[in-house]
Amino acid sequence: MNELVFFINNVIVAGSVTGSIYAIGAVGVTLVFSIMRFAHFAHADMMTFGAFMVLLLTLAFPGAGAALGLPTAVVMLPLAMVLTAGLAVGIDKVFYKPLRAHGVKPIVMVIASLGVTLMLQGLIRVFAGTSGESLYVDDRKEIFRLALPFEGVRAPIVVTEPQIILFVLTIICIVGLHLFLSRSRLGKAMRAMSDNPDLARASGINTNLIVAVTWVIVGGLAAIAGTLLSLDVTFKPDLSFFLLLPIFAAAIVGGVGHPYGAIAGGFLVGFAETLAVFNWGVLLRPFRDSLPEWLANAGNLAFVGSEYKIVVPFFILVAILVWRPTGIFKGKVI
Amino acid sequence: MPLLEARDVYGGYGGMNILNGVNMTLEADEIGVIVGPNGAGKSTMLKAIFGLLVVTQGEILLRGEPIHNLAPHRLVHQGMGFVPQEHNVFPSLTVKENLQMGAFLKPGNVKRMLKQIYDFFPPLYDKRHQPAGELSGGQRQMVAMGRALMAEPSVLLLDEPTAGLSPLFMNEIFAQVKQVNAAGVGILMVEQNAKQALAIADKGFVLAAGQNRFTDTGAALLADPEVARSFLGG
Repeated sequence: MNELVFFINNVIVAGSVTGSIYAIGAVGVTLVFSIMRFAHFAHADMMTFGAFMVLLLTLAFPGAGAALGLPTAVVMLPLAMVLTAGLAVGIDKVFYKPLRAHGVKPIVMVIASLGVTLMLQGLIRVFAGTSGESLYVDDRKEIFRLALPFEGVRAPIVVTEPQIILFVLTIICIVGLHLFLSRSRLGKAMRAMSDNPDLARASGINTNLIVAVTWVIVGGLAAIAGTLLSLDVTFKPDLSFFLLLPIFAAAIVGGVGHPYGAIAGGFLVGFAETLAVFNWGVLLRPFRDSLPEWLANAGNLAFVGSEYKIVVPFFILVAILVWRPTGIFKGKVI
Repeated sequence: MPLLEARDVYGGYGGMNILNGVNMTLEADEIGVIVGPNGAGKSTMLKAIFGLLVVTQGEILLRGEPIHNLAPHRLVHQGMGFVPQEHNVFPSLTVKENLQMGAFLKPGNVKRMLKQIYDFFPPLYDKRHQPAGELSGGQRQMVAMGRALMAEPSVLLLDEPTAGLSPLFMNEIFAQVKQVNAAGVGILMVEQNAKQALAIADKGFVLAAGQNRFTDTGAALLADPEVARSFLGG
């Protein structure tokens, strides 16, 4: 039973955490692609920027959370979302819109977004330095230990406060996005533009407005995902390097242009990652006596060492591009 | 004052003129049909009216107001609807959502117009929760026309509404075009099935090489032996 608890802590909880972050990140990538038809590489840096804004606000008002009983960083998140949404709209105005107006090929937009990535990263480093920083400035990270009511179970299930906040926010994001896309007039217009931009224009839909709305949503989601990740571990200026590949893998696995696919893809990549670095030897321990010696005495039975976990999304990405380039939900082929 | 008027329109893509002086007038309650051989500039003329390509010379007037080179969404606002020949529905949106998009600029209209569109095209009511991409060609054409009608246009431009449809659906679409027209919407459509289209047309425009070859009432064009010989296949 202790082994099962170990599995829950290291795979179920850890996988859901990583999966949630990848899912929210991948939704942003997929939304940009479905409306503007280019792979937005600067997305991971918008996530870092959002987390950085939260860090700055938390440092400025360290006691703000105490009154509400929440970590200050979470209280500052809405403001950081607004700032990141503003950044996204601004970047579009300055860099992407002029290119769009010239009718450039998607690859030019992709390269432009790479430039934005480098610029954002440099900017964040100028102000944040290069070291990691906890978003828990003045608060304490609560840790909940749930003991299981079974005999012989010593290890508790461990969930931290930021993880619970993360699960709640992820559910709110997914439900909110679903309601927006399926019920609201602007959400439907976004889907219409994703289907057929020319017809959307011919229907009188103001496509510039839709583009702006998309950036607002993408910026807000990026801030949430970046902050959730930084809460769970720490804020790092080079966060984006470790995020870019998994969120693109997630978006492509789910079928590019499909928000629901991106969510599924995010969890798929997140769980694949945690399952790959999980030490399966632990689960074999109860059966040690009946196993052949070489298996029973093997130390670490993880598929890849945790320092190499970035190869997992990379492998998934390659596999999906080779065998099913449209993704599980039949998206657009980039 | 005519509903729609084109005076000596020149235009095309990328500096090459396809239209070399087209003239058209359409009154408020009329059906106008543009026919002619392939490459005559029929669809191009429709796109020029809807602001999808640059008019280099001449003018296009909607109720006396010049509208050439206005952006499409402005034209929708001024009461013009356009149904392209291909890709004329949003495939992943449901039929109802497709129709709602047509009234994007007039959200107050949605309820009343939805009811009217379902009256015009009864099959759409049963399929209203189905993605438009799953419908048959004829039903898709109904969705496309319905979408354009949602904005309550005073003139509807149809680009080959019967292309690729079986004769059965073709007759249905022609009947519906007449019905829409009877409800007070001016129609200007491009058609390959010239004989059938001219039969319901108040005005016919036979284009060739980007110019009017014959312009008359539908009935007169059908009766004209020269038109019949050169354009209607004898």
